[in-house]
Amino acid sequence: MSEDVRDHIKLYYKVAAALLVLTVVTVGVSYINFAVPLAIVAALVIAATKGSLVASYFMHLIEERKGIYAALLLTAFFFLVLIFIPILGHTNTFGEYKTLPNANAPVAAEVEH
Amino acid sequence: MEIPYIVDERPDTGLNNVKLGIWLFLASEVMLFGGLFSAYILLRINAVDWPLGADILSVPIGAFNTVVLISSSVTMVLCYAALKLDDLAGYKKYLGITIGLSLLFLAVKAFEYYEHIHLGEVPATSTFLAIYFTLTGLHGLHILGGVVVNGYFLGPGSAMWTTNKEQFINRIEAAGLYWHFVDLVWIFLFPVLYLL
Repeated sequence: MSEDVRDHIKLYYKVAAALLVLTVVTVGVSYINFAVPLAIVAALVIAATKGSLVASYFMHLIEERKGIYAALLLTAFFFLVLIFIPILGHTNTFGEYKTLPNANAPVAAEVEH
Repeated sequence: MEIPYIVDERPDTGLNNVKLGIWLFLASEVMLFGGLFSAYILLRINAVDWPLGADILSVPIGAFNTVVLISSSVTMVLCYAALKLDDLAGYKKYLGITIGLSLLFLAVKAFEYYEHIHLGEVPATSTFLAIYFTLTGLHGLHILGGVVVNGYFLGPGSAMWTTNKEQFINRIEAAGLYWHFVDLVWIFLFPVLYLL
């Protein structure tokens, strides 16, 4: 029992080191001049990696019971629905140039449909 | 009447009520923050112009706070491990450090808020600042709640260690799960608000 806990403690330190390294990588990547979509993907992939490390090892999800996985699967589904609602509502207007209705706004180029 | 399955696992789920309860609470928290992240996406894709977070917010300060919160997550899991090793003094040391780091996080955040407000950068200034204050404000309230709960377990709540060790360890596990979740939210908030 106590040997198991000591092994876990060693693992916690390794995860902590990985999280700190990934934080440095997150900031470092932000200084590279990627295009916005690529920068978003890079930042979110690193954040998801860090998040999964926290959830798996600090929250012990890697060795959790099936009941918890079932509840979290349902949560993940509805979370994704929430996140995609605003995106799905705008798939027909992606790439269009928008202007504010004021005198100083640049005139949008005519787009042929 | 005694509440059943506080320590023992239910035969049908294999879980005790504490663990099932805290995970269901965290599931509701996912939806709360999910709704606000969804609002962020909606506002951003509809905006004519969206500022780069680094032009308005201080990346070094945000990165420092990220390191502080990750460190507090590490000390939180170490305090739970200390209890598993029957080490109450170690538990108190690590939980004390966790609370100290939480207060440091809040102090840094308060400094950031003060600087923005001093420069006239308030939620009404722009959509970006409105969602920034909303998301970080709600997250800050969660940190504050964690400090109160952890403070209780460091002080009067720790008396349970002498009367019911198993139940006390379960409580600390639940408090730890909440704290790691708050850390997890910040792991996403930092790049979304400060770097993109």
